[in-house]
Formats: sequence, C-alpha cells, structure tokens
Amino acid sequence: MDERRLRALTPSVIGILVRRGADFAAAEDAVQDALVEAMRLWPVEPPRDPKAWLVTVAWRKFLDAARADSSRRRREELVEEQPAPGPGSPVDDSLQLYFLCAHPSLTSASAVALTLRAVGGLTTRQIAQAYLVPEATMAQRISRAKKTVSDVRFDQPGDVATVLRVLYLVFNEGYSGDLDLAAEAIRLTRQLASLIDHEEVTGLLALMLLHHARRSARTSPDGSLVPLAHQDRGLWDTGLIAEGVEILQTSLARDRLGEFQVQAAIAALHADARTAEETDWVQIVEWYDELVRLTDSPVVRLNRAVAVGEADGPRAGLAAVAQLDPTLPRHTAVSAYLHERDGDVATAARLYAEAARQASHLQERDHLTRQAARLNTGLRG
Amino acid sequence: MAKYLLLKHYRGAPTPVNDVPMDRWTEEEITAHMQYMHDFAARLEGTGEFVDGQALAPEGTFVRYDGEGRPPVTDGPFAETKDLIAGWMVIDVDSHDRAVELAGELSAAPGAGGKPIHEWLELRPFLTAAPTVTE
Repeated sequence: MDERRLRALTPSVIGILVRRGADFAAAEDAVQDALVEAMRLWPVEPPRDPKAWLVTVAWRKFLDAARADSSRRRREELVEEQPAPGPGSPVDDSLQLYFLCAHPSLTSASAVALTLRAVGGLTTRQIAQAYLVPEATMAQRISRAKKTVSDVRFDQPGDVATVLRVLYLVFNEGYSGDLDLAAEAIRLTRQLASLIDHEEVTGLLALMLLHHARRSARTSPDGSLVPLAHQDRGLWDTGLIAEGVEILQTSLARDRLGEFQVQAAIAALHADARTAEETDWVQIVEWYDELVRLTDSPVVRLNRAVAVGEADGPRAGLAAVAQLDPTLPRHTAVSAYLHERDGDVATAARLYAEAARQASHLQERDHLTRQAARLNTGLRG
Repeated sequence: MAKYLLLKHYRGAPTPVNDVPMDRWTEEEITAHMQYMHDFAARLEGTGEFVDGQALAPEGTFVRYDGEGRPPVTDGPFAETKDLIAGWMVIDVDSHDRAVELAGELSAAPGAGGKPIHEWLELRPFLTAAPTVTE
C-alpha cells in the first residue's frame, strides 16, 4: 500500500474515533501517531485490512493519551458531553472533517495546515517543509487551529465554498520541496467530489486539472516562467486536459454557474487552442464578463482587459485598463504588454521595468525584467 | 500567509525616540531588553508565526571576485555613515497589517530607563513563488 492510499484513509478513521466519543483534537493526534507507525511497520508487515488496523491502533493511542493526560477527568467529562454517535456514515464523517478544517473561524493559513494534516494525512514536518517554516511553528499553528474549532460540533453543517477556497489556496501554492502541493490539492478535491455532489467542487477539480496539465510547459529548464502564449503545447498533458474538460462539461450542464466553473471554462478554451493564435479570445471575454458578474473583483476586470486586448486589439485593451485602479497588482505589467502590442516600445520598456519593481513573485519579477531588457536591447539597436 | 523580514539596524535607520547607546544602559536594563526579545520570539513560536531570528556581528567585510586564479578582493569595515544591519527576524503572517503590528511590538523593546526604545525597524516582504493560476 503506498503512502497516498494510506493517507486517504485518514479522514474516515478520524471520523470513526470521533463517533466513538473522542474529541476531534485528540482523535486527530491519535490518528497521526497511527499513520506514523503504519509508515514504519507496513512495508515489513502489511496488514490484511489497512483501515481496521488504523482504527485499532489509533484507538489504542487515543486511550493511552487519555490515560496519560493529567487532566484525565476533564477529558472524560468532555467525552460524556459529546452528542451520542448519530446515524453517520464514513462519507458524512469525511465530509464533516473537510468542513471542520475549513471552518470560517480559522485564518486561511490555519485552515490550510489543518486540512493538510487531518484530511490529507500529512505529517506536521511535511507541511512545515512545504511552507518553509520550522516544524515547531507549524505544530503550533495546527494545535491552535484545533483549539479554535474545539467548540464546533462535528455534525454541524458546513459551507462548501470555504472548503473550496482552502483547496484552491493549497493548489496555488504549487510545488516547493519534496511535497507536491498541487497534486495533493487535486487528490483532496477529487476525494471531496466523491463525497458531495456539487457543481463548484467539480468546477474547481476541472480548473486544477486543466492548469496541472500545463505544468511542465510553464517553466523553462532554467526555472524561468514561460507565458501561456509561448508555451510548447506539445508538453501539455492531453489526458489531464480531456479529463478536465469532461468534468467541466458535466458541471456546466447543471446550469448553476459559479466562479470556479467559469475559471475552468477559460482554462479549457486555452487548452483547446492548438496554437496561441487559434485561441478563441471572443469567447474568453464573454466568460470574463460572467466572472466579473459573479465576483465583481478588480483583479478579474484586469484579466478581462488582457482578453479584450487580444479579442479587439491593444487599444481596446488599454481603454479597459484605463478604467481600473492603477494600484492593482499587475496593472503596470498588463499596460506594458498592451503598449508593446500597440507598437509603443519605449513606453512598454519603461512600464515593464516599473512592473518588475512592483512584482511580489520572484519568477514574475525575473520575467518582467527580461521583457524590459529585451525591449531596451531593441531600442538601442 | 506571507513572509516578512524584520530588519534591525546598528546604523542607517532613523534615530529612535529613546536614543541611548546600549553601553550606557544598566545591566538590568540590558537583561530586560534581551528578555523582551526572547519572549517576543517565543510568543511568535506559540502563535505559529515564527520562522527565524538571528543577530549579526557589527564587523563585516565586502568581498568580490577579482578574476581567474586570483584571490577575492576584500574591503571594509566601513565608514560610520554606512547602513549596518544588526540582525533580523523572519515572520510568516496572514497579512501586511499583522506584520506591521508585530514590528511595532518589537520596536517597543525596553531600553534605557526601562522605557521603550521606539526603534525604527525595517519591514520587507519576501518575494514568493508565482501562483499556479494566473490567467
């Protein structure tokens, strides 16, 4: 049994412990301990029934901890206060865990950390390494998060939107260190889609798959960013694209549009073009109109302006940009791009350099600096 | 979450309100100052916001490559007017507001007379990896 399949059992095992009367925080600790033991023992001695093994070991760990706890009495009282195990099912348990770990009372960083541990079955060390903080810091973040949600009843209905935001954050963090957060986000979203029938869950899954499909084309061997228009489309993963498009079509057929479905639709239109020139920008602008309607986000309006620049020419794009707040992130970068396409190379070069100074992402800054350098070289020659 | 660098300067920052050099403090005042810094870091470990903290010696050297087969050229120490970093703390926080709040607290570390130094700290955001979904 590989580590991924082992970790996939995490939420349902926590759910079983909670329904037996353990509080969430203690159940989560016990399951984490059991997972660590499983990773050590199973390669030598694989169990016949992995889930039953985990439940047994985690329950024993929970009892050991409860006995060792000096505030044992208090814990026993808490256990008694827990509502009697309802007619829950493993599906409900796992779904409730998603809701609990993304509870609105948590900051996004805490929700991300707790989700990766309690739903994803990752160790604190793995999460700490992925987010480049010390293990002790991450342990505290998780323990505080557990404290924050300790009063939330396990059977309380949750909000899918908050869960999706957390998963989207994990996906967008991408790839740092040994842990592939994007792949982990896809796994957790896929699992969520199997627990709940919701068009935005599948919308987000489609969005992730369509972006993940382009991963190997997104960076050049030296690590620099390759913009969509210049990517080698032969490197795109056609299997992931096909899966993403199919999931998206099923979601859209339900006629309940949401922002993730719209973003996925835009990603699908890019994926559909065999060359950058074949991109259906007119349709992309229409989807951006939908996205503006749904989110009213200035960042979306800026992205829409880029699409307008492609569909109706750089002047139309610049006119759309002119209506937006110049302090928006990437505003200067977008203006630079549109000025270059409009033939005003000197302005574009100046704006690219300015955008590079404002950039908050390393690869983006390098990319913008290169654009300025490229144009300035041309201007000198 | 976003990482920020809190930079403490030996020289180069604007003059603090309670501007008495450390060697004119009492020993108790120095101990209180160190304790404050230590407690601050410990508290951030507790909130899950601490990443790293280090102090630097004031003596530094500039080094540069001087061509194939030649030893590097060194220069320094530097004139009193040069900016000089005393140490740093790296924090990982939810917002820029939170980073400013924490820098403000660190700047309140006690100095002479047990009163806050009101020291100017430089707050610099880390450049991060680009997000996956951008269009």
